[in-house]
Amino acid sequence: MDDEIQKTQEERKKMEEQLASMNSVTFDTDLYNTNRFEGYEKSIPVNDDDDTFDTENEVARKMASFTAPKQFFKEAPRAGEEDEPTGFNKPSKIIDREDDYRRRRLNRVISPERNDPFLDKTPGPEVRTYADVMREEALKRQKEELMKEIAKKKKEEQEKAADKKEEVEKPAQKRRNRWDQSQDDGGAKKAKAGSDWDLPDSTPGIGRWDATPTPGRVGDATPSVKKNRWDETPTPGRVADSDATPAGGATPGATPAGMSWDATPKLAGLATPTPKRQRSRWDETPATMGSATPMAGATPAAAYTPGVTPVGGVELATPTPGAINLRGPMTPEQYNLMRWEKDIEERNRPLTDEELDAMFPQEGYKILEPPPSYVPIRTPARKLLATPTPIGTPLYSIPEENRGQQFDVPKEMPGGLPFMKPEDYQYFGSLLNEEDEEELSPDEQKERKIMKLLLKVKNGTPPQRKTALRQLTDKAREFGAGPLFNRILPLLMQPTLEDQERHLLVKVIDRVLYKLDELVRPYVHKILVVIEPLLIDEDYYARVEGREIISNLSKAAGLATMIAAMRPDIDNIDEYVRNTTARAFSVVASALGIPALLPFLKAVCQSKKSWQARHTGIKIVQQIAILIGCAVLPHLRSLVEIIEHGLNDENQKVRTITALSLAALAEAAAPYGIESFDSVLKPLWKGIRSHRGKVLAAFLKAIGFIIPLMDAVYASYYTKEVMVILIREFQSPDEEMKKIVLKVVKQCVSTEGVEPDYIRQDILPEFFRNFWVRRMALDRRNYKQLVETTVEIANKVGVADIVGRIVEDLKDESEPYRRMVMETIEKVVANLGASDIDARLEELLIDGILYAFQEQTSDDANVMLNGFGAVVNALGQRVKPYLPQICGTIKWRLNNKSAKVRQQAADLISRIAVVMKQCGEEQLMGHLGVVLYEYLGEEYPEVLGSILGALKAIVNVIGMTKMTPPIKDLLPRLTPILKNRHEKVQENCIDLVGRIADRGAEFVPAREWMRICFELLEMLKAHKKGIRRATVNTFGYIAKAIGPQDVLATLLNNLKVQERQNRVCTTVAIAIVAETCSPFTVLPALMNEYRVPELNVQNGVLKSLSFLFEYIGEMGKDYIYAVTPLLEDALMDRDLVHRQTAASAVKHMALGVAGLGCEDALVHLLNYVWPNIFETSPHVINAVMEAIEGMRVALGAAVILNYCLQGLFHPARKVREVYWKIYNSLYIGAQDALVAAYPILEDDETNVFSRPELNMFI
Amino acid sequence: MQASDRFNINSQLEHLQAKYVGTGHADLTRFEWAVNIQRDSYASYVGHYPMLAYFAIAENESIGRERYNFMQKMLLPCGLPPEREDD
Repeated sequence: MDDEIQKTQEERKKMEEQLASMNSVTFDTDLYNTNRFEGYEKSIPVNDDDDTFDTENEVARKMASFTAPKQFFKEAPRAGEEDEPTGFNKPSKIIDREDDYRRRRLNRVISPERNDPFLDKTPGPEVRTYADVMREEALKRQKEELMKEIAKKKKEEQEKAADKKEEVEKPAQKRRNRWDQSQDDGGAKKAKAGSDWDLPDSTPGIGRWDATPTPGRVGDATPSVKKNRWDETPTPGRVADSDATPAGGATPGATPAGMSWDATPKLAGLATPTPKRQRSRWDETPATMGSATPMAGATPAAAYTPGVTPVGGVELATPTPGAINLRGPMTPEQYNLMRWEKDIEERNRPLTDEELDAMFPQEGYKILEPPPSYVPIRTPARKLLATPTPIGTPLYSIPEENRGQQFDVPKEMPGGLPFMKPEDYQYFGSLLNEEDEEELSPDEQKERKIMKLLLKVKNGTPPQRKTALRQLTDKAREFGAGPLFNRILPLLMQPTLEDQERHLLVKVIDRVLYKLDELVRPYVHKILVVIEPLLIDEDYYARVEGREIISNLSKAAGLATMIAAMRPDIDNIDEYVRNTTARAFSVVASALGIPALLPFLKAVCQSKKSWQARHTGIKIVQQIAILIGCAVLPHLRSLVEIIEHGLNDENQKVRTITALSLAALAEAAAPYGIESFDSVLKPLWKGIRSHRGKVLAAFLKAIGFIIPLMDAVYASYYTKEVMVILIREFQSPDEEMKKIVLKVVKQCVSTEGVEPDYIRQDILPEFFRNFWVRRMALDRRNYKQLVETTVEIANKVGVADIVGRIVEDLKDESEPYRRMVMETIEKVVANLGASDIDARLEELLIDGILYAFQEQTSDDANVMLNGFGAVVNALGQRVKPYLPQICGTIKWRLNNKSAKVRQQAADLISRIAVVMKQCGEEQLMGHLGVVLYEYLGEEYPEVLGSILGALKAIVNVIGMTKMTPPIKDLLPRLTPILKNRHEKVQENCIDLVGRIADRGAEFVPAREWMRICFELLEMLKAHKKGIRRATVNTFGYIAKAIGPQDVLATLLNNLKVQERQNRVCTTVAIAIVAETCSPFTVLPALMNEYRVPELNVQNGVLKSLSFLFEYIGEMGKDYIYAVTPLLEDALMDRDLVHRQTAASAVKHMALGVAGLGCEDALVHLLNYVWPNIFETSPHVINAVMEAIEGMRVALGAAVILNYCLQGLFHPARKVREVYWKIYNSLYIGAQDALVAAYPILEDDETNVFSRPELNMFI
Repeated sequence: MQASDRFNINSQLEHLQAKYVGTGHADLTRFEWAVNIQRDSYASYVGHYPMLAYFAIAENESIGRERYNFMQKMLLPCGLPPEREDD
């Protein structure tokens, strides 16, 4: 046993030495790298709130290895995006959309359970207590520092060694321990002296460190600091086992000298070096294949000896469950790699002769003989795989046929288990061993049961999942926290997890938590390790889910346990861990109340031991502010007090995060709570004078959020104070600083008390000089921020100042810059109008806008168009002199070759049509109408849609009679366009047609309208609701114009079609026709149609009636007697839907005629409705209950109560239940009205039930 | 509640009903229902001033006294609850 451990340790040492040598050099540089924020998300906001300026986050270190060529990593998320428009997202792996920083979650280890101090017993030596964990953390930190030291020294050594190479002395005789070297100062010199000799060993190796075992580390679960993700490939049931997590090679070279791996360089290079346990399985030959693999060590995958499967490499990629079983569990990474490899192989396979023949012309080419020395290498990997064994050539032996082999068909799961994905075999593989359950020990049986249930939850069908989830919940305490979490948590760390699966597993945890309650305590940290990453997930719902779990967890485990579990992580060396811990702590605070956490936070923020602790503590405060918003107000003062000293901290990062936290607090508290910030005002304002760079930016941000809370006088004073610094920083080249400065300027300027004159004189000149430059338009975020700030300034100083300064830039040569100018002008003018703009400026403005509009080459966001529209509308009649010029431009552009340009021109017409009318340019508009009419043959649907929209705008403004071309010419031209299936075309066309039908139907012959009616039926199929609504409305207009008969006939015929949506729309259209042309024109035909013995038609008629009575309201009193016989019939029909629809018709009818004296008919109908109260189908019962509610309104509560009384105390419970339900809704609806109607109850010997008061009379 | 009810509007309705004291259910006894009726009646009298005034004239009492009496009667409007034979 001891031998084995020693061997393991030695091996690990070796690996880690090599690993360290690979990593140590980059180690320091990425900590101190200046350009480290490039291309990263620096922080992930918890809310949608933008707290992107989290400078303290360090760069995620690149993964030590990649499991596949990078292009695959890039490809996967994009595939997801492409799927989106279809509405169904394919299940996506979480890891595919994660960035490197988020992927660091995989670096974390699910720590072994800890002692629960609330239990009444002393923890045994094997149980990890809080003290143990803290000790480990301290050690880790020490080690980290030491490593840094060593690496630094090493670097110095190398430099010096390069200098003094000539002075090389004899290598030191005694091999020195690293310990000594790093500790004594003189060591550097000596080591340098022997550096050449020492080099391979003296790399700051973890192995070194391990060679000097420390007492606290004996059972350590985390063997190395530079964890590599393979360490954590969690093996179920062996979570904390150190030999299950050998630090595998990040590089092929680092793999411990396993022969088998050397023989498969391709696999080993890219894929996971399989943990050692598995390696030993590789080595041993599976019994079935024994004879085929003479050299066990040399042929890696015994089942794939070339003889057996001639296409070895390809075959590798399709592992069948059977094969997987043979080779032992396969890590998900391996499986993925194989998939990719297969894909690549297929694409890169050599072209066959036939393919080549097909590609090249027959003549002019000659097929050359390959040179005699040429030997084709088909796939290098296979070639290497097939390399003969190092020890001589084996004799050929006939491979045995493996009858048990499964050809790509997933094996049927025993016992009705759901399908297992290859990745799942690692976790659930043991379920496939069909051992006798009886032989297992009770614990094993339990474990098996849990696994089965989890598999069902993870992969099962919804019903399977539901029952499994319920069982897990119900039996949670019986299973015990340990076995449950030991199964669930590793699954959540699975690298190939999909969103849906994670959701389900998290749900399991949530339910189980609820049941386990305090039993969960020893597992709190484990759970946090897997749940915390959810808090920074990019998916909003994942974040919410994570918060919910942590909140439940803290309620179950209690504050003390939560703090004990998370305290060690607060000064963890990994920034990722600290970040997620801070977020988790903020959730704990919101769950258990801020006051409970305050003492702890105070202690952490004042920690003397490490700046990391202080940093995290302050960050917790920031996260609390972001998470709970204005609810921080009651605790604002104490929170500020806790962190205020951080502004003067010696560590720069702590100062930065303190300022950011203050900003978050002020933002959350706005517009209250300025008094709580009194104590930090001085250090903040002093700070902005003494700091530079990132700290200054953070301080400015804090000030920017605090100033809006102040009274006008103070705000003005402090703004002036800070403005000096801001103006100085206007010139800063740092992008981050620019954004902050802009934001602060915006906040200061918008504050009350800051005078326009001050802004005009002191801020504007510098502001425009530094920010209104072309470069600012290039970065999206700068652009946005600058526009916002300028608009805010304009709100203070007025339109003329701002527009006057930038109007010239509309003719700038840089297009993005012009666009930024245009967007600003648009927003300013839309906010403030154009009355400030004088004649000269107006001229410049129109000129600039025309130039910018014409010169644009690409405008996807329609900035130019919107700007043009906004300015023209703001100027109103003042634009008249420019209209001919504008129209000229539009006409010219309508004729442009580019579709985009034509579309924009048409859109512009619809924006300015109203103003043209105001200016009295009707003739011009008529002219434009003709031009547009000529372009109705447009091919591009987007453009055609815009042209129709422009026509509509013109028709709306100048009216039907004055329209040119005349309506009688225009409409026939529109009829064929109705057939167009493009949504934009359909919508605009139907709007235009509807408009004409509404206002100018008389200009068009009835026959044309009928033709249009038929076209309109097709449009009822449209996906967009707006189109369908416009269509049914148009039916109404047309019916009004040409009389309902013909339209109705068309519509009634349409009730026979199969499509439900079509029928529903038709019924709506019938109802609308009835409404517009009075019901008596429609009802006879409609009721006649009910005689058609066809379900769909009858239901359609009933539905029309329902809509009809809904629309006509109290007009229904004239028709209620007419339709009653029909409804009687429908309410007695066998078909459920008949009764349902009739009930809803009755409801609308009753509500419409309430109080109009139709009680007799309504009571009659109620008698038909009432027997349906026992229906169970949800839609039917809903409709019936609503009908009864409607009756309550129309007939009064007393009538319904009388119906109820017969069943309230019925001997059958089923009957009573229904009646009480009706009684209850009656009671809620009209409780007071029931008082007079309650039955008289007889007194009995003990109780008095009579109500004599109502019998009194005077 | 049926399985089908759990996901539709009825579930919300049930919840709403649970909020009102006066609503009933299939196992409500005659006595409990009567108590609800009595309390609802008194609450209604107290709530409608004209009703109170009417009763006051009929009983030759002050309106305040009537109101007080009704409120007092709401405590045990039907006397003590009968012994429950089961459980």
